[in-house]
Amino acid sequence: MKTETPNDSSTPPPTIVLGVIGADCHAVGNRILERLFKDGGFKVVNLGVMVSQEEFISAAIETGARAILVSSLYGHGEMDCQGFREKCSEAGLDEILLYIGGNLVVGKTDFSLVREKFLKMGFDQVFPPGAAPEEGIAALKEDLARRIVAKAGN
Amino acid sequence: MKYLLADIGSTFTKLCLADVEQRTVLGTTIAPTTVKTDVNQGVEAARQKLGKKAEDVEATLACSSAAGGLRMVAVGLIPNLTAEAARLAALGAGGKVVETFSFLLTEADLGRIRALRPDILLLSGGTDGGDVKHILHNARQIQNHLPDVPLIVAGNRSAHDEIRRILDGRREVWFVENVMPDFKQLRLEPAREAIRRVFLERIVEAKGLTRLCDRARILMPTPEAVFKAAVLLSKGIPNSEKGMGELLIVDIGGATTDVYSCAEGAPALATVRQRGLREPCEKRTVEADIGMRHTASHLLEEPALKEIIRENGAEWEEMQTWTQTLTGNPGRLPQSEKEQAMDTALASAACEVAVGRHCGRWEEAFCPDGRFYFQDGKDLSNVRRVIGSGGPIVNSKTPRAILAGAKKKDGEPALKPRDPNYYLDTQYLLWAMGLLAEVDRAAALEIMKKNILPLTK
Repeated sequence: MKTETPNDSSTPPPTIVLGVIGADCHAVGNRILERLFKDGGFKVVNLGVMVSQEEFISAAIETGARAILVSSLYGHGEMDCQGFREKCSEAGLDEILLYIGGNLVVGKTDFSLVREKFLKMGFDQVFPPGAAPEEGIAALKEDLARRIVAKAGN
Repeated sequence: MKYLLADIGSTFTKLCLADVEQRTVLGTTIAPTTVKTDVNQGVEAARQKLGKKAEDVEATLACSSAAGGLRMVAVGLIPNLTAEAARLAALGAGGKVVETFSFLLTEADLGRIRALRPDILLLSGGTDGGDVKHILHNARQIQNHLPDVPLIVAGNRSAHDEIRRILDGRREVWFVENVMPDFKQLRLEPAREAIRRVFLERIVEAKGLTRLCDRARILMPTPEAVFKAAVLLSKGIPNSEKGMGELLIVDIGGATTDVYSCAEGAPALATVRQRGLREPCEKRTVEADIGMRHTASHLLEEPALKEIIRENGAEWEEMQTWTQTLTGNPGRLPQSEKEQAMDTALASAACEVAVGRHCGRWEEAFCPDGRFYFQDGKDLSNVRRVIGSGGPIVNSKTPRAILAGAKKKDGEPALKPRDPNYYLDTQYLLWAMGLLAEVDRAAALEIMKKNILPLTK
């Protein structure tokens, strides 16, 4: 697999926090994401399964993470993610990127509605069931690059 | 070859004379500590009691908890991450952690730290390459408000250069590796080593113990000596002498109760998930509010004590009076059978509470696959050896009744030993063997094995 770093090689790789939220114990996809994001040039702090919002946020603060990647496979994602963005702001994580992906709701719902719901909740990217991990990696590199440019412009 | 081992405590100076060839203890004595005048006097008085045996010793090695022990303040970022890691490092080095601070230090926090008068401040925060904002802010605050407190920096390596600039001109500052270099990965040894060095170089002198140095070498704080003995006893010496395996030690004192465990304590079942920090295999906790004399009245508020009193038929009012007596007069020893029984009840409750706080816990959770548990801390249910040390247990007529507090009761949430065997440090020499191990590990281990004996009834 081709590996490339989002920044040039002199700067350390950006840290991201990864985990499956709530009472969800689907571990396989989590491992795959960890591997692919590592190969994609990120430093991955993987919290594993059954992770609470507080654990995501504590880990992100301590490790200076640039993004939190949340997975939810069991259909209760909306409930588990209520207030996540607000809690990040409370904790001083103003600039952190929030991504989410998986089976976010129970049953067959039009994904554009789901996406809209989670964007409204403050997530920066929302991925449908079956999305390729490479999509997430590409989006993250782009979003991080945009932040750097925006900062330089200020 | 004989070694004289000394523990210079706040109240008493204890001596232990050990013969390393014979692998035996020739005698132990005790005398009041004379820290206000010249600690040598106390040591000399105790040595006199040993008589001729104490002549021709190879060296005198000492540990000390005099003048309040090694008072430490730990500072970290997230309370259950780097702040907890710093706290564990300080405890492991034999320190008494008077308070732990998290996030950004405010001016009120700095005032509080000054009032606490710590001997050492341990500053951590951020994993390597992680957050720098908090530790830089805290370093600046410490430099501005607490310029004279000895400081050990053990945080995010990426921030160390900048912190060096902030602390420019500070006399007493040491930089060591991060206590949490990677997320939830602890590396406590470098910080512990630094704490020990600072203790020797600086604190010993500040507490008026230097004059002892012409006759004895002070090596470490007393709790660290016990800790070293515990690890040696548990692990043994690789490729030569086996240790006892996983164990738990309870050391009840007049003001505090120390608990040491040498056990992995990882989740034993697939349905249990570790939450928070994975604690080190070798862990020490000290309960500053649990003790037999100065702090006895705190035990009145513990349900454990009520339960014990109900079981052995004592009167609650009498217990209240007894603890009041003790708080006012910490030197008081039980004089009647009844007082003896109340002292045993207090010790048993102290043991139950302190071990309960040392052990981890499970919290039930449900997911679509069924029931799960979150584990915080260590699971010590399968630890089979519980060892009692410290005056109140060693001198008790019923040490087993006291140590029974370490066993898990029905409905108790803490992951305490389920089915332990009890042992006694019969001559109260764990601390001494921690010191002796510095010069002869094999002798220290063998002496411990000879003297730490199972309690059969």
